[in-house]
Amino acid sequence: MNDHLLDIRDLKLAFKSYTGLIEVLHGISLNIRRGEKVALVGESGSGKSVTARIILGLLQEFSTARISGSVSFEGEDLEMQPLSVRQALRGTKISMIFQDPTSSLNPVYTIGVQFQEVLRRGNTQISATDAEARAIALLQDVSIPEPERVLASYPFQLSGGMNQRVMIAMALANEPSLLIADEPGTALDVTVQAQTLHLMRDLVERRGTSVLFISHNLGVVREFADRVYVIYKGRLVEHGQTSELFHSPRHPYTKALMAAVPRITGGGIPDIAEATDAYLDPLIDHEAEAAS
Amino acid sequence: MSPVVRLLVKRLSISIIVLIGVSMLIFTIARVIPGDPARIALGPNATTQQVEQLREKLHLDEPIYVQYGYFVRDFARGDLGVSLYTNRPVTTDIAQFLPATLELVIVAGIFMIGLGIPLGIMSARHRGKAADNIIRVISLLGVSAPSFVWAVILMLLFAFFLPLFPIAGQISDTLATPPRITGFLLADSLIDGDFRAFFSALHHIILPAFALALSGIGQAARLTRSNMVETYDKPYIEMAQSFGFPARRIANRYAFRPSLIPSLTIIGLDFAAMLGNAFLVEAVYAWPGLSRYGVQVILRKDLNAIVGTVLVISATFLIVNIIVDLLIAYINPRIRLAEGGKS
Amino acid sequence: MKRTFYILLSNPLSVIGLVLVGTVVFSAVFADFIAPFPSHRGAVVDFTNFNQAPHWPNIFGTDLVGRDVFSRILYAYRISLLLGVVVLAIAVPIGVTVGLAAGYLGGWAEFVLMRLTDVFLSIPPLVLAMAIMGLLEPTLTNGMLAVTTMWWPWYARLVYNVTRSEAQEGYVLAAEIIGASRIHVMFREILPNCVPSIVTKMTLDLGFVILIASSLSFLGLGVQAPTPDLGSMVAEGGNYLPDSWWLTVFPSLAILIAVFGFNLLGDALRQILGSDQ
Repeated sequence: MNDHLLDIRDLKLAFKSYTGLIEVLHGISLNIRRGEKVALVGESGSGKSVTARIILGLLQEFSTARISGSVSFEGEDLEMQPLSVRQALRGTKISMIFQDPTSSLNPVYTIGVQFQEVLRRGNTQISATDAEARAIALLQDVSIPEPERVLASYPFQLSGGMNQRVMIAMALANEPSLLIADEPGTALDVTVQAQTLHLMRDLVERRGTSVLFISHNLGVVREFADRVYVIYKGRLVEHGQTSELFHSPRHPYTKALMAAVPRITGGGIPDIAEATDAYLDPLIDHEAEAAS
Repeated sequence: MSPVVRLLVKRLSISIIVLIGVSMLIFTIARVIPGDPARIALGPNATTQQVEQLREKLHLDEPIYVQYGYFVRDFARGDLGVSLYTNRPVTTDIAQFLPATLELVIVAGIFMIGLGIPLGIMSARHRGKAADNIIRVISLLGVSAPSFVWAVILMLLFAFFLPLFPIAGQISDTLATPPRITGFLLADSLIDGDFRAFFSALHHIILPAFALALSGIGQAARLTRSNMVETYDKPYIEMAQSFGFPARRIANRYAFRPSLIPSLTIIGLDFAAMLGNAFLVEAVYAWPGLSRYGVQVILRKDLNAIVGTVLVISATFLIVNIIVDLLIAYINPRIRLAEGGKS
Repeated sequence: MKRTFYILLSNPLSVIGLVLVGTVVFSAVFADFIAPFPSHRGAVVDFTNFNQAPHWPNIFGTDLVGRDVFSRILYAYRISLLLGVVVLAIAVPIGVTVGLAAGYLGGWAEFVLMRLTDVFLSIPPLVLAMAIMGLLEPTLTNGMLAVTTMWWPWYARLVYNVTRSEAQEGYVLAAEIIGASRIHVMFREILPNCVPSIVTKMTLDLGFVILIASSLSFLGLGVQAPTPDLGSMVAEGGNYLPDSWWLTVFPSLAILIAVFGFNLLGDALRQILGSDQ
């Protein structure tokens, strides 16, 4: 049971507001093993993005957030640890890439300066020349031509696809065990997105990095992930190996999600209920069933 | 031509047009007012003949555009007319008094930036908590009273009640003023090597400069805070946090520089606006600056001096704004590298 | 509306703002009833009681001719608020119209109007008002004129900036396509979107008008004696520091309280109106 790199148990999240407590996550449990690529799929507002931020400890800084449950990383429950421990993990053992690469990079500093800051997380004493050399090597790994020019540029001078590669390079710079990818490439053109994901898959497989892949795009998830969790309104509704889930989805919501994508091969616009009680059916866990 | 230079040229040309507009505006206002400037200047005991003579000398009976023409002609020669108050050329008066005001405004500006901005950063970094609320209230208080109120309160507290600072004047009466090179007492005393004079001048300038700066400090703190809070919501700050960059580093470098850019324009405006508020502080502390001169000539309806003073102050205002714009252009890579930009 | 009140009352700072503003307005409106010595707003002298430190019944002391400082402050609030309301009532419509026209009509209208605005804005705020006041007779009406003259450009610039970005929005194009007149587009389409910024600024400005007006009268360019005015009271008292401290301290605090209150309120409004968008 505990070859799990990441183990989330019964995670609940609520926000305190004028009108009372707004519940966002109703008890999520998921896990990721070393080297595994796990996807968390859902629509906007389903709670997938906040889950990612809770893992990193970013949400806990909001005074209105109420969180319960355990988030164990490499065996330690992070919710029990002081902030300094969580902070030490960020950028070193756990890193994250974001939806819109260009706006995720600071517009008034060059790529090189920002890269150096990232590398400093892995080695506080690193010299400027060493950092530059390492950055160049990393940029070459993500197939960026002319890495020196890129390092001297500002984010607004580079294309979206280029910035995305830079972000991937930064995220993997300190060899994290877990990479959280929050809807990567959503802001990019489809072809660029495809290239980027291809690149990402190669890199993580080579290094054995675990990935938590958050998305609403089923096609991409199918190509990328080993295992899939489906989330709806803060509840997990289905979980299984990718091939099995896509082959035989059983939960009403999963079925609706898959049917909702208009097929490139034609067949008309699908007719699906926007929200029914059936979507709140309990979790269908293919893995648990297979294990028992 | 680099984009920064292009910006400079463009702003200069607009400013010159604006300055011409200002001169016309003030000129018109000054000439259109009720009452006879010549009579007022000469006083109630002057004879009709003397008044007529003065009117003719000042071209007061001719159409206004002719008067403006004379004005422009003289201005081109560097002649702003003679002040009826000091009986000296206005240019001489301005040259004597302007440096004292500039010195005051510059020191106040240093206070504004040196105190206001760090307070704003601290406020943003600890937003929602006690430190933030205290700083916000103090900033708002600073902005909420005219400079003369602060001038008076500071004087009461720190010159009378706790006699830490001198009450008025630029330098202690017992010391000889250093030879006038730049007109800035602080600089001149340093150049002269006269450290006693320097410290006395410094001692005298602190209270008035601080009174002048309080409003600007409050503004700078509030503005920095609000821009930084907005910046903190930006995606690249979240990314920096996700990488575990230390909070202090994020506050002072990562979040600060992007938020500086929208702040700079307004900080520049505030700095320049202190030129206007200097009137109030100079009155309270008997500071021999252009603003005090300005008040006197306005009360005496001294037309030439009024026009000259307003023009000089506006020109200074415009110059400061241009400098600020250039600074922004330089700091903001998007503007600085405009020619190499990619969409 | 209910939400507005909830937010206003939940934040301690905005409650203080409401209380302060309420006090000022109440004092101004009901000065005749609250002031212990209502006649002292005029040219009254009482040399048996002049220059007294605060004591009962003159809780703020008396001035150099024996008038009650507290009563004079209450009446001075009336003058200040009146000035603020009149100035804004004139300056805001002018400024807003100029800003709308410049932002929407573009072309030479934009150039001329904005350069005109620039001219007014390049003279530091106080200086222009001073110059005008100095050249005219110092009366309340002229004071209003002077401050109005320096005030409208700020609204012009504010509305101009908003208009310029709104002019590209879909609803504007839609209105144009169905043939709405330019006046209609400016005033019925774009203007409502400027209203939150305008209202916030107006609230803050009530405080700032009081500030500027008191600065003018401090320099002797405001209303004349015997009308009570906060700035001139500070100026008169300034000559008698530190002995007759009450002559400057109480009017100064009065200014501070009023402006502070309007600022707090304006800030709260900005939060509410901003978060509604």
